[in-house]
Amino acid sequence: MSLDEKFLSYEKLRHGMDHERYEWSMLERREPVTWPGNAPLALWINVCVEHFPLNPQSAGFKAPGNMTMPYPDLRHYTLRDYGNRVGIFRILEALDRHGFHASFAINGEVAERYPYLAQRLAEVGAELLAHGWNMDCAHSSAVDEQTERQWIRQTLAALEHLVDQPIRGWLGPARSQSSRTPELLDEAGITWCADWVNDDLPYRFRTDAGDLVNLPLSLELEDRFIINDNLHSETEYADQLIDAADFLLAEGRERGGRLLALNLHPWVIGQPHRIGQLERLFEHLYGLGDLVWSAAPSEIIAAAGFVLEGSGLGD
Amino acid sequence: MKSDPGLYGYLPWDRRPQIRWPNGARIAVWVAPNIEFYELDPPVNPQRKPWPRPAPDVTAYATRDYGNRVGHMRMMRVLDQFGIRGSVSLSTAMLTHHPEIIALVLERDWELFSHGIYNTRYTYGLSEDQERAMIIDAMQRIREYSGQHCDGYLAPALSHSEHTIDLFAEAGGTYTCDLFHDDQPTPVTTRSGKRFVSVPYSLELNDTIVYVVNKIEPRRYGEMIGRAFDRLYAEGERSGTVMCIPLHAYQVGHPHRLAAFQRALDHILSHDGVWLATGREIARHYLEHYYDQAMATMREIEESTA
Repeated sequence: MSLDEKFLSYEKLRHGMDHERYEWSMLERREPVTWPGNAPLALWINVCVEHFPLNPQSAGFKAPGNMTMPYPDLRHYTLRDYGNRVGIFRILEALDRHGFHASFAINGEVAERYPYLAQRLAEVGAELLAHGWNMDCAHSSAVDEQTERQWIRQTLAALEHLVDQPIRGWLGPARSQSSRTPELLDEAGITWCADWVNDDLPYRFRTDAGDLVNLPLSLELEDRFIINDNLHSETEYADQLIDAADFLLAEGRERGGRLLALNLHPWVIGQPHRIGQLERLFEHLYGLGDLVWSAAPSEIIAAAGFVLEGSGLGD
Repeated sequence: MKSDPGLYGYLPWDRRPQIRWPNGARIAVWVAPNIEFYELDPPVNPQRKPWPRPAPDVTAYATRDYGNRVGHMRMMRVLDQFGIRGSVSLSTAMLTHHPEIIALVLERDWELFSHGIYNTRYTYGLSEDQERAMIIDAMQRIREYSGQHCDGYLAPALSHSEHTIDLFAEAGGTYTCDLFHDDQPTPVTTRSGKRFVSVPYSLELNDTIVYVVNKIEPRRYGEMIGRAFDRLYAEGERSGTVMCIPLHAYQVGHPHRLAAFQRALDHILSHDGVWLATGREIARHYLEHYYDQAMATMREIEESTA
């Protein structure tokens, strides 16, 4: 028994990364970032507004939250849809109470299905992000280039009439990317994405066309990950986020601005037994006063020193 | 395939030599940060897929890359605060990819031991010659880069063959971290008959197993470490125990986890009689003072019950 020689050959063993997407860089070796008002902590609240089709094709892999039962999986379809009918409005109220702004990452198909909701979110949102066509459209090598390009275009077309400015930010369904997604995003006029969770601050991200910025949207700190994947309670969720905020705040005071990227799913945190714990978290963050700078993601990227304009940084 | 790995004899907890660690310490505590490189698109081993999603699995890869970009320096500051020297379980590819992290390790006089080349290259399916070549390659990389002799081995991604430990002992290794059968070092039988030991590592207190597999809350991880320490410290009065805390900067290095971990270390370090050691130091102390006694006790037990 033996394996092919390729298993003991290390072609990408070199200084830096084993791919070309970004430069190897340690957070603490970079120039410290200063947020407006010298706040040690920037707060980015993002809410994912999602549609899970009843008849998934699940090419490549299933995004978390997708249907799992034999067709028709009414239990999961409707529980996800709950977020768009009920949960999102609880989050909006909670945000409003403390004057926090959130960005909304919206599936194109949600805007098509629920124009009322999309318009409402466009009015109150700090920014809209394109979140792919729907949650069954995970970007991966199992999908051909033409399909992927069409998903991106269709999504932007469904969202762009809602806002005056073109949409520049992208969050893939389940943070998914194929090896060609960054190029297709650049081609569609996207200037930044949030899919790679490898940092606490934004960094330059290479494509064969123009460069993007990647602004990591923490997975470890998101409601769905903590509550649905880790099966922690809603109380634990809030405790963990409060611990994270306090830790980042202390680090931000010593070492330059830090970012708390808080990702929310109305179908998870918008449930009646959970929303109170989100409110407790918001109260804690609000209580930190001027130490926290609540901002739109594009503002955070700009404050970190990246210029977002045109259809790509490198164009 | 064997039904028993044949690596160690039976040595019951109530028949141990009375171990005393240096300066009369009753517990040896060692912290083992895993400093790892996971490849975005490695050749796919027939027996184990590296990533759940089709390549590139951006989420799984980026999750681990977080440790290298953000987590290690954060975690090091916490360990520095308590004067803890890490024993690094090293993907030796890191010496080439991210030597900046290794420089921080060597500045601190930490130990390096082998964790293979990449944590996305598994032992499964390698021939004996191939595995030997990989093991020696990794040990040489450590020697060439740091001047340290590689004494310890934790197989990459805990993937083994029947010969993994034999091969590592033959290549000049002293201890293995791959066995979870005890709270003290034990002699390990290998085919070369070399004096070779197991130094207790831990799955139960390994942050990745705790957070990812067992899905434990960060504050509870701190409690678990405290409880394990309290028990091993108490029992260490009879015969010195070992407690290992294996870490991954991409897990414990997150902002919602480090404060609770810090409190656990604070609890440990508030006690006297704690030997903050490295894996190599524990292995050597045991080999020198207790290995022969343990072998003799095992023989006695075997003969008296035969």
